[in-house]
Amino acid sequence: MQAREFEPATAIVECTELAVRYAESTALHDVSYSVERGCWLGLIGANGAGKTSLLKALARLVDFEGEVRVEGRSTSSMSRREFTQLVAYVSQSPEFPPEMRAVDYVALGRLPHLGYFGAEGPHDRERSLELLERLSLGAMAARHLSTMSGGELQRLVLARALAQEAPVLLLDEPTSALDLGRRVEALELVDELRLERGLTVISAMHDLTLAAQFADQLALLAGGVIVASGTADEVLEENSLDFHFGTRVRILRTEDGELVVVPRRTRPKGRHD
Amino acid sequence: MSTRARERNRLATSPVSPRIPLLVTGLGLIGVILVSTAIGPADLPISTVASVLFSHVPFIHFHSSASAVSQAIVWEVRLPRVVLGGIVGAMLAAGGASYQGVFRNPLADPYLLGIAAGAGLGATIVIVANGGSTSWLPVVAFAGGAAAVSLTYVVGARFGGRSSGTSIVLAGVAVAALFTATQTFLQQQHAQDLQTVYSWILGSLSVATWSDVWLILPYAIVSAAALLMHRRLLDVLRLSEEEVASLGVNPARVRLAVVAAATLGTAAAVSVSGLIGFVGIIVPHLVRLTTNASYRVVLPVSMVGGAAFLILADLVARTVESPAEVPLGVITAFVGGPFFIFVLRSRRAHQGVL
Repeated sequence: MQAREFEPATAIVECTELAVRYAESTALHDVSYSVERGCWLGLIGANGAGKTSLLKALARLVDFEGEVRVEGRSTSSMSRREFTQLVAYVSQSPEFPPEMRAVDYVALGRLPHLGYFGAEGPHDRERSLELLERLSLGAMAARHLSTMSGGELQRLVLARALAQEAPVLLLDEPTSALDLGRRVEALELVDELRLERGLTVISAMHDLTLAAQFADQLALLAGGVIVASGTADEVLEENSLDFHFGTRVRILRTEDGELVVVPRRTRPKGRHD
Repeated sequence: MSTRARERNRLATSPVSPRIPLLVTGLGLIGVILVSTAIGPADLPISTVASVLFSHVPFIHFHSSASAVSQAIVWEVRLPRVVLGGIVGAMLAAGGASYQGVFRNPLADPYLLGIAAGAGLGATIVIVANGGSTSWLPVVAFAGGAAAVSLTYVVGARFGGRSSGTSIVLAGVAVAALFTATQTFLQQQHAQDLQTVYSWILGSLSVATWSDVWLILPYAIVSAAALLMHRRLLDVLRLSEEEVASLGVNPARVRLAVVAAATLGTAAAVSVSGLIGFVGIIVPHLVRLTTNASYRVVLPVSMVGGAAFLILADLVARTVESPAEVPLGVITAFVGGPFFIFVLRSRRAHQGVL
C-alpha cells in the first residue's frame, strides 16, 4: 500500500437539510453534513435509523427534500449520465444474472460513459479486464456468475462500480453476506482502492469494530437524524451506543490503540424472567 | 498471468456477438423457405423455386426458365404465405424474448399482457358485426390487442406502486380475463358466426396474400428496429431495479419503450394470423439454451429463428392432413405445451434460465 497523498481538504459531497419521506413515515430528517475528498465516512446505527435512506438519497434512488451537492454541483440538476459518472453505488443485495460472464458484468459499469443506445468499445472492455485483474479476478473473466463464490461476487460488484470511474463510491452494507475473513478482505480492498484512486467512500456498516478500523469518520444515525459524528473515538461511546442500539456494549481498546466494540447479553446467563 | 494465458483469456472474453448463431439460423431460414415453397399440392423441384425467387431479386437481370404456372404457384400462392409466416414468427419470438426480459419472467409471452384476448375481442366484434366480412378485421384486432396492453400497463403501473413487473403481469391476467369474458359473451350471442370466430382464434395463414405482407411489414420493421436498439439495455435490466437506476438507466422508461415496441409487432402479427401461441416461449429459450443468454444474441437470433420455426410449423399445418389444414395454433401448442414444462423444469434445476 502506498503512502496516502494529502490533498487540501475540500468537501466533495455536501448535503443540506436532506429529508426523505415515505408515504407513512419520515426516514431522514434535515440531515446536513459534508464529506471531504478522499475520506471514508462510515454510517452506523440501528436498523431503520436511516442509513440506507441517506445512501439512497445520495445515490438519487429515492425522492428527497433539501440539497445534495457533489463536486459543488447540485445532483438534482444533473443528467443521469453526469450523475453516474460522479457517483457509483453498490447495493445491499445485488443481483447476478446466472449465466452472464464476469467480464460482461463488469462492463455494465461502463454504461455512464456510453450513449443511450451505444455499445461498449474495445477501450471499455480493456478497462473491464484491467479491473478484473486488479481485483484478482483476471483468470475468471470468462466464467459465468453462477459458478463464482460469495467473496468473488463481492469483488465483482466492486469492479463493476469502479468501472464507472466515479470519484464517489457509496456502499450499502457491502459485506453483510460474507464470512469474517472475506469481510475484512473486502474492506481492505476498498481501502486500498480508495487510496490508489483517491476515491471518497461513504458506506453503511453493521460491524462497529470494523467501522472504527476502516472509516476515517463515523456518523451515528438514530431516528433519521445524525446524533453524533466525528472520529471513532468521538462517536463510539458506551452509553450512547447502549441507548441507540437498545442493548449493552462494552468498548475495549487493544494494545495498538484500536477500538473494539463488544455486544453483551442484557440478562445474566440462565435467567429468563 | 503468462502472456499465453492472457491471450487465451482475451479470446474467451471477446465481446458477445450474435454473428455465428445468426449465420446458422439464417442458413436454416433460407432452407426452410425453399423447402416450404416447394412442397404443396403440386410439388416443385427446389431448383425451380430457387430460380423463380432469384429472378425476383432486384437489380439482377435473371429470367427464370420455369413455366408460367410454376412461377405463379411460387410467387403468388406459396411465397406470400411463407413470407407472412416468417414475419409473424419473427415478431412473436422477438416479442416473447422482450417480454421475458422486461418482466424478468421466463414464461412471459406476447399473450401474457392481454394481446391475445384484446385481439380476439376485436376480431369477434368485426366478425359478428359484418357477418364474416374480414377487411376490417386486422385493423380492429390490432386495436384490440394494443388497447388491452395499454389497459394492462396503466392498471399495473397505477395500482402496483413501484412498477416491478410483477404487478403488470397480474394486471395482464385480470385484463385478459375481462376481455375474454366479453368476447365469449359476444360469441354466445351470435352463435351463427361461431365457426368463423373459432377458425380465426386458432390461427391460420391460409388466406395470405402480398397485401397482408405489405399491411404488417411497416409495423414489423419499426418494432424490430426499436427492439434491437434496446438489446443492450435489456441485458442491463437483468440487474435489480435499484442497480439499473444507479447505472444511469431509467428502468421504467426502458420497460415502457420495449413493451410498446414488442406490442406493436405482436399485435400486427396477430391481426393477420390469428392467435398462435408458444412461439414466443419456444424460440427464445432454444436460443438461450443453445447459444447465449445475452439479449444481444437472443433478440436477433430469435427473430430469424422465429421466422424459420413458424414457416416450418405452417408447412406441417398444411401438409399433415392434406388437403385439409390443421390450425397453426394447434401445431405450435403441440410443440409448446411440453416445451413449457421443460423450461419450467430446467429453470428449477439450475436456478433460472434467464
